[in-house]
Amino acid sequence: MTALSIQGLEKVYGNGFKALKGIDLTVKRGDFFALLGPNGAGKSTTLGIVSSLVQKTSGTVSIMGHDLVKDTFAAKQCLGVVPQEFNFNQFEKVYDIIITQAGYYGLTAKQVASHAETLLRALDLWDKRNESARMLSGGMKRRLMIARALIHKPQILILDEPTAGVDIELRRSMWEFMKKLNEEGTTIILTTHYLEEAEQLCKNIAIINNGEIVTNTSVKALLGQLKTETFVLDVDGDLEGLPELKDYQIRHVDNEHLEVVVDKGQGLNEVFSALTDAGIQVLSMRTKANRLEELFVDLVQDDNEVANQQTKEA
Amino acid sequence: MAQDINNAQNEQRIERSVFSIQWVAFSTIVIKEVRRFMRIWQQTLLPPAITMTLYFIIFGNLIGSRIGKMDGVDYMSFIVPGLIMMSVITNSYGNVASSFFGNKFQRSLEELMVSPVYPSVILAGYVMGGVARGVMVGLIVTLLSLYFTDLQLHNLPVVIVVTFLSAILFALGGFINAIFANKFDDISIIPTFIITPLTYLGGVFYSISLLPEFWQNVSMLNPILYMVNSFRYGILGVSDVSISAAISMLIVFIALLSSISIWLLKRGTGMRS
Repeated sequence: MTALSIQGLEKVYGNGFKALKGIDLTVKRGDFFALLGPNGAGKSTTLGIVSSLVQKTSGTVSIMGHDLVKDTFAAKQCLGVVPQEFNFNQFEKVYDIIITQAGYYGLTAKQVASHAETLLRALDLWDKRNESARMLSGGMKRRLMIARALIHKPQILILDEPTAGVDIELRRSMWEFMKKLNEEGTTIILTTHYLEEAEQLCKNIAIINNGEIVTNTSVKALLGQLKTETFVLDVDGDLEGLPELKDYQIRHVDNEHLEVVVDKGQGLNEVFSALTDAGIQVLSMRTKANRLEELFVDLVQDDNEVANQQTKEA
Repeated sequence: MAQDINNAQNEQRIERSVFSIQWVAFSTIVIKEVRRFMRIWQQTLLPPAITMTLYFIIFGNLIGSRIGKMDGVDYMSFIVPGLIMMSVITNSYGNVASSFFGNKFQRSLEELMVSPVYPSVILAGYVMGGVARGVMVGLIVTLLSLYFTDLQLHNLPVVIVVTFLSAILFALGGFINAIFANKFDDISIIPTFIITPLTYLGGVFYSISLLPEFWQNVSMLNPILYMVNSFRYGILGVSDVSISAAISMLIVFIALLSSISIWLLKRGTGMRS
């Protein structure tokens, strides 16, 4: 079953800028989907059209099977939106903002009282419910927008850069919250600049560049395209004594860290044996983060090169 | 945590009719609007009370006592209905213009744009918020005027109908103004250069019978003249214009501005890129 279906979506702004060049995109129900791309690629325009904040030029958008133009009422009811920028009345109280949003979906304050409390407690905002929104910190404001988007129990939650400017601890707690929400059945679509975030959270991914979808696949399949994997080893011992291993690329980061590049399917036993023979102890090991980042950069660079080539030929 | 939320989602999913959803949305917008102007009463309710009190003292008491009668009534009694109506229309207009533009400016309007609220309901909600402020200020000014004069009540239904229709019409005007406004200055241009002059020339302080025939005819093109005079008729029983013509004109203009507003909302003018 499809949660979101986009067909031939085009957007040309008043100044002639073609932000979307007829993209097709499908997000399955229950998916945790990431839409990635560099600045100005068309991510926010796409989500803006889906959220009814941007007028499309052509194409169709269907939300939970409801056409956004022909069946706007039903389509909009299925959607919760957390935009990138704060967009609530800063002078209103936290609780009033939540209750007002519920009202726009036909839910009275009485009907949503317990749900509002559950959400605000889950997002650590219950104690702030009677405070004016402008008094909240940046992280709290972002969580307020999440609570607001969930108050009418949407089947799809759109998050545009949900953790931008949020500290690491809070970001991880928000990840946990979103993961559980998705596990319970809410389809989540997010854009993010933290590729680690997409790798940790998402099942499927689309990369958009210059208004076109460059790739649309599962995170697993995308990471499968990586030919090598890099491990970071925390070590104790004299690294000068480490013999050269011709099948491995080993980089001395500093006196305590080694980076070992391993081909797909290649084991690490030989490296460990060599380190043990050289009297070097491996204290811990981890994969180098941002694997997705490598692919992202490659895909976007390839796409830009193709675009430049086409421009020259034209 | 998230499980609680999802359980609540499944348990509380209630089938609701489109009408009941839109009705709750309408009430929500009205409550939000009323809460807004009550929260900042020092900027919304107090200034018109002070201004109108000064009008009563200066034009009614000090100058009015030397003018004598106008259309057969004391000058103070003559200007009170006009000043009440002036308060109603400027506050209805101002409330919607500043609130809707404020929401646009700080992007909280997006809350409504992503929601399933019909454009007509959004319009009705904001207009009713403007009417609420206009009527509330009108009541405050009426109560203040009782300190200066004994108000009669010639025709209550006319007073109520004209008050509400005028408030609705100017709230619609404020809404259209806010849609096209790009900065805060833009919402003060029309009140300053159009509404205020038309109000002063709309028979608040004088009867148009005092004017030469040519200017009487020109005055008849001023819509505010009809509102002020029909309201004055409801209070004092005197008017320079036909009441049925005034009410018909108000209804026609309301229908026209409502249609324009809904069309603009559907197009997303000034709101969607």
